[in-house]
Amino acid sequence: MAIVHEFEYLKPKTLKEALHAVAKNRGAMLLAGGTDLVGHLKEGSVAPSLIVDIKGLRELKKIVLKGRILNVGALVTFGELMESRVIQSKFPVLTEIAGKVASVGIRNRATMVGNICSAVPCLDSGPVLLAMDAIIHVKAVRGGRMIPAKKWFLQARKTAIKPGEIVTHVSIPLPEEKGAGCYIKLGRYQGEDLAQASVFVWMGKKGQSRVAFGSVGPTPLRGTRIEKHLKGKKLDPAVLDLAKELVSEEVSPITDIRATKEYRLHMCKIMLERALLSAEARIRGNGPKYGKSLI
Amino acid sequence: MMKKSISFQLNKEMRTIDVSPNEGLLEMLRDRIGVKSPKCGCDRGDCGTCTVVIDGKTVRSCLVLAIEVDGSELTTLEGVMNQGQINPLQQMFLDKNVFQCGFCAPGMILSATELLEKHPHPTREQVQEGLAGNLCRCTGYTPIIDAVLEHGGCKGGCRE
Repeated sequence: MAIVHEFEYLKPKTLKEALHAVAKNRGAMLLAGGTDLVGHLKEGSVAPSLIVDIKGLRELKKIVLKGRILNVGALVTFGELMESRVIQSKFPVLTEIAGKVASVGIRNRATMVGNICSAVPCLDSGPVLLAMDAIIHVKAVRGGRMIPAKKWFLQARKTAIKPGEIVTHVSIPLPEEKGAGCYIKLGRYQGEDLAQASVFVWMGKKGQSRVAFGSVGPTPLRGTRIEKHLKGKKLDPAVLDLAKELVSEEVSPITDIRATKEYRLHMCKIMLERALLSAEARIRGNGPKYGKSLI
Repeated sequence: MMKKSISFQLNKEMRTIDVSPNEGLLEMLRDRIGVKSPKCGCDRGDCGTCTVVIDGKTVRSCLVLAIEVDGSELTTLEGVMNQGQINPLQQMFLDKNVFQCGFCAPGMILSATELLEKHPHPTREQVQEGLAGNLCRCTGYTPIIDAVLEHGGCKGGCRE
């Protein structure tokens, strides 16, 4: 299908040039991997006057660990997240999440920052960033802002970014205490699909726990009641049962083409239990390999 | 809309062509240059039949603008042959008769090539993951996966 809409194209060499371009053109849209944007252009659901291709901004292509802060640049693809040695050793659950995104050919192009800028309800990057209290760093001509993930996702496909702003990177504070995470994504079949529901958990050795859900609300949702309930507790059957009961207070799934709300809710409970037990086993060193299908 | 002259390597040959910003890479390759191995299937990145290689990585050419490949190295199925001869992976596919209609073949071969570069002796799971997103409506995938495993030297899949 040809793209009918006409637009101009600019590939800036510096961030400053890119910022000026989006400041001057209210109809400008940013292009990184393009796996969402080009599809939207074909459908005619967006009509930019200018496309600013930021792939020339090498400084946005970095994965850097500074102290306990993991910085992921706006141009880092899901494929690069999976291959990053730093991430494999310091926050391996992120490789598990990246590996659940679409297929190799998409992961070679699509970026995590693009994913959170598209902000569809089924996004895979949402739950982890929300649960880990990640910060989204944006820049504009006049200066920068730091937006916590919980204030980033406003509605389905709507984020806190303002016209003229560019996301430069996302920073994820890695917890002091040792721990492990787990991400489970439910598709309609084995193989690539958008999520019907997804669960991210992170458990710390000293009893900290973090929980978030995807695809069961307009934005990713944090399971704060479940987190409070689990704090410092061993995962015995009674504790797990109550955690599962709390799921219905945390999520608000809808029925759509991919699943019914009842099925989504039910599966969230199952996935929460499996993710918690897997994360706990990973802390002990005998958990499932990262990336292994758990559903 | 300003046309722009872009230059890139296509299967080791330099090309220069004028493109409009809204021109898709797949359309440019097929309709203007005449490279016909990438096919238009779903046109939304789900099926893999438009797969080409940009700077060593497989991508969905239906989700790339032509103007984006300025300065890149592109490879299509036409470029993986050895001096006009099919390569050993292709020969394996042929020997095992893995394709029926062949529409998915270009994407399957390019994806399998990328996988084997990363994992020369892949497990069955790695092959499945590497070929996921390349839809085949004829075969049920088994012969394709088996052929990649056998090419990797492990019938039935290597151990990790």
